[in-house]
Amino acid sequence: MTQQTVAAPRSGGDPSAPVLEVTDLHVTFPNDRGPDVKAVRGIGYAVRRGEVLGIVGESGSGKSVSSLAVMGLLPESAETTGSVRLYGEEILGLGDRELSKIRGKTVSMVFQDPLSALTPVYTIGDQIAEAVRIHTDASKERAAARAVELLDLVGIPYAAQRAKAFPHEFSGGMRQRAMIAMAIANDPDLIICDEPTTALDVTIQAQVLEVLKTAQRETGAAIVMITHDMGVVAGFADRVMVMYAGRAVEVGQVDDIYYRPRMPYTMGLLGSIPRLDEGAEGPGHTALVPIEGTPPSLSALQPGCPFAPRCPLAIDACRAEEPAAEPVGRTGHLSACIRSGEIEEHGWSPQDVYPLPAIPEAPAAHVPREQRETVLQVEGLIKHHPLMKGAVFKRRIGSVYAVDGIDLDIREGETLGLVGESGCGKTTTLMEILELSRPQRGKVVVLGKDTATMTQRDRTSLRRDLQVVFQDPMAALDPRFTVADILSEPLRTHGYPAGAVHDRVRELLELVGLEPGHAARYPQDFSGGQRQRIGIARALALQPRLIVLDEPVSALDVSIQAGVINLLDELRGRLSLSYLFVAHDLSVVRHIADRVAVMYLGRIAEIGTVDAVYGAPSHPYTQALLSAIPLPDPHKERERRRIILRGDLPSPADPPSGCRFRTRCQKFLILNEEEQKECVQREPQILPLRGPAEDHGAACHYAERVEVI
Amino acid sequence: MTTFLLRRLVNYLVLVIVATSFAYLLAGAALDPRSNYQGRNPPPPEYVVDKTLNEYNLNDKTPLLERYVTWAGNVATGDFGKTWEGVSVNEEVGRRIGVSLRLIILGVVLGSVTGVFIGAYAAVKQYGAFDRGSTFGSFVILSIPTVVIAVLLQVSAVFANDILGLKFFQYTGEYTPGLEGGLLTHALDRVQHLVLPTLTLALTQVATYSRYQRNMMLDVLGSDFVRTAMAKGLRRRTALIKHALRTALIPAVTYFAFTFGVLLAGTTFTEKIFGWHGMGELLIDSISRNDINSVAAVACFAAIAVLIAGLLSDIFYAILDPRVRIR
Ligand code: SF4
Ligand code: SF4
Repeated sequence: MTQQTVAAPRSGGDPSAPVLEVTDLHVTFPNDRGPDVKAVRGIGYAVRRGEVLGIVGESGSGKSVSSLAVMGLLPESAETTGSVRLYGEEILGLGDRELSKIRGKTVSMVFQDPLSALTPVYTIGDQIAEAVRIHTDASKERAAARAVELLDLVGIPYAAQRAKAFPHEFSGGMRQRAMIAMAIANDPDLIICDEPTTALDVTIQAQVLEVLKTAQRETGAAIVMITHDMGVVAGFADRVMVMYAGRAVEVGQVDDIYYRPRMPYTMGLLGSIPRLDEGAEGPGHTALVPIEGTPPSLSALQPGCPFAPRCPLAIDACRAEEPAAEPVGRTGHLSACIRSGEIEEHGWSPQDVYPLPAIPEAPAAHVPREQRETVLQVEGLIKHHPLMKGAVFKRRIGSVYAVDGIDLDIREGETLGLVGESGCGKTTTLMEILELSRPQRGKVVVLGKDTATMTQRDRTSLRRDLQVVFQDPMAALDPRFTVADILSEPLRTHGYPAGAVHDRVRELLELVGLEPGHAARYPQDFSGGQRQRIGIARALALQPRLIVLDEPVSALDVSIQAGVINLLDELRGRLSLSYLFVAHDLSVVRHIADRVAVMYLGRIAEIGTVDAVYGAPSHPYTQALLSAIPLPDPHKERERRRIILRGDLPSPADPPSGCRFRTRCQKFLILNEEEQKECVQREPQILPLRGPAEDHGAACHYAERVEVI
Repeated sequence: MTTFLLRRLVNYLVLVIVATSFAYLLAGAALDPRSNYQGRNPPPPEYVVDKTLNEYNLNDKTPLLERYVTWAGNVATGDFGKTWEGVSVNEEVGRRIGVSLRLIILGVVLGSVTGVFIGAYAAVKQYGAFDRGSTFGSFVILSIPTVVIAVLLQVSAVFANDILGLKFFQYTGEYTPGLEGGLLTHALDRVQHLVLPTLTLALTQVATYSRYQRNMMLDVLGSDFVRTAMAKGLRRRTALIKHALRTALIPAVTYFAFTFGVLLAGTTFTEKIFGWHGMGELLIDSISRNDINSVAAVACFAAIAVLIAGLLSDIFYAILDPRVRIR
């Protein structure tokens, strides 16, 4: 990061001191009915001007709580001890009056989920102007004008008009920009960003991260970036702190953490991320590093290293005493693990430390694609929802073109990834397929049977062969039933011999890596990852041939996600399954899928084998999408050139003429007028890129292979 | 926005017509004005009774539906007919309407505003002494019928007057008849009379609103936007009032239309007990006097009052919530 000239601190403290220095911070939430929750257990860090510190950790690691504690924004019941110094002056324990002078002025915050973080009843402009007026004596007019300036700075088009809009009229990305505008309103010395891009689509995330970088350049502020995504901080942070169970378990320069992790948890975290930049070598490829088990409960911590129950390197000494963070390797690199020295010495990689499950190959993998049976075929599928208006007497005022003519097919033993950002129509497509009824237009053929002409009996028997796993395992599992009930229900309805049900349930649980003895428990007794395994077991109960997976891992923490992905991978090989894998996470899809279809506004933009599409994306949208995904690799991240898309997704009720992507297309901008006309007037069809021999096509008049990863 | 309100107005008007008609038919079927005459000594001859009843459109020998049509035709021209004694219902209502409105408006405004603030403050101090106290108080009030509250207040007023040795709290009528003195004396006298009945009405309102507002406020207290407001540098109190309370008021406003009905029912008893000659008293009296037309008129008044409350609710809602305003 470029060295900033140190501006005089406003709080009157020591200008050479770090902007923020936290030492031995503890946060405890007292609990009347049970042991207290020790959310943060003695963390410390310092940030200097112009520096970016990334704090990474999974849910419940204490990363957000610690930053709220710094700002004095925790509920009154929380007990906070330790020291927080701003330019050397203690601010922990200051009263509301003193703290309010610091908040928003010297230190400001950007929160997650920008819809709920903005007051719904005031305009965006007013809320930013309020931030200005709190700390300056600017007049109302002056503050309003400044708000418009700030909105312009964070890249909101027509800022003067948009300032009069209410939060619900802004898209997620725009709200987050407004939050950033508010945070930099008073030229702060430190901006704490708490998962600033988590709720956003990846192209919007890229925009917002870009804005944050601009904001940092403009203000020269230090940034504390809290995230669960190892990719987001890789190219942005100077230093990284990894948190686990309320403690900092590893701290260091960003390169040390990513290339030379010395604490098994960090190693697992890095190994568990599916990589966008590492091609899958077809079925039978390397598994992800799974971290077994779940994070410990913060109200009942065992003595010793909190990671010991999940750590493959754990030895008896680990359980005796909680290891302190000790220097390891290069200066400034600390790791809280008694075996860090050994790891350093041997130069172990995550794959050396964690035992990897073997992924069996699908039997069909050796048969050429054309010779395998087609298990799902979709042709020209169309689904338009009516757009209604009025409370009592609804009238139709238009259509939402949710799915507007898509073709795809899945062969036996194959995984097709259907990817796209929210609102692209991927979920509608999936629902249409699951309906097993005649679509509005087009054709859906499942295992050789056309849904338009099938009888009720065909449908019932097809439902055995076509199963689904949903995103939210809890919503999909009825909490009143035991796991055994949940798994035996489909067996019973489809006439499975009653005597064999019990054994089948045990078999299924074993298949998905759960304890067969836990069949009598209820879904809420399991963790998120385990619940998703139950969902998978239920889908497998009737030995289906095609499973539709709707964002099956997106609600899970990465370390848990890896285990579920490995399981899906393994089951496919063992049981010769075919998957339709719907997801927004392109890295996960690259890892698990054979072929991928990228959707944009109800149409497929690009389709082909994973290696072809990821290796040389040809549609400008795919290129932008792939370039927007941050890689957990600092070097690559710093060197990458990002394609930042303009604006937001157009309304699916009113898609642009011709090519749907043209309003945001980066390529469109560099075309000459004649060529642009073509984009505006004629809708591009999917054409094979290098002749019919290669499985790769893109719906762009000017498709051209580009490497972006 | 205006079209939205207009559409609501039409909806409400239809409801008023339905409610009033229903009240008329019900009263017409259940009440028997003829019995008023039969009880006299000596009983008047039947033809005389029939003649009088016919004149007032109250004769049970005419089919109910026919009477309804006549009545509805008159109401459409603004005439609510005659009481069984031949007095114009319009005049009777005209005399009483102001009395009731004074009580209702004061009760509503006082009750809702106080309730909202108590509820909001209780939420901010959740589980504190104030919160516990107000929660307990509300439940006590809500579990006692208005009639009992009124009587209890009267009893305590007598007690208080005795202790203070003056007659500050007045508990019968609207004013002291035949009071000597200037304008100021009269005004004070009216206020003295107003205190207890208003309090009776307001207490229930305070209790309901404080409960409701407390819950609404608790919902927004922990919300992210309050945290954002503080992160900007607002003092906690300012953030709570400007951001939390302002947002939590929106549902309270919709609640207004609902509680209004309860309040009207409360008014009836309150007027009766404190000897105020308002619409509520008219209702009770006219039922006991088998006075169909008056009952229908009071029902119409109640329906219109609810209509106004509903419209006000809609208007406030639109003012407070920008998400509805833009349509
Ligand atoms: S201290 Fe032991 S248990 Fe903890 S991370 Fe290191 S090796 Fe694993
Ligand atoms: S057809 Fe034109 S607008 Fe569409 S993606 Fe290709 S270049 Fe862009």
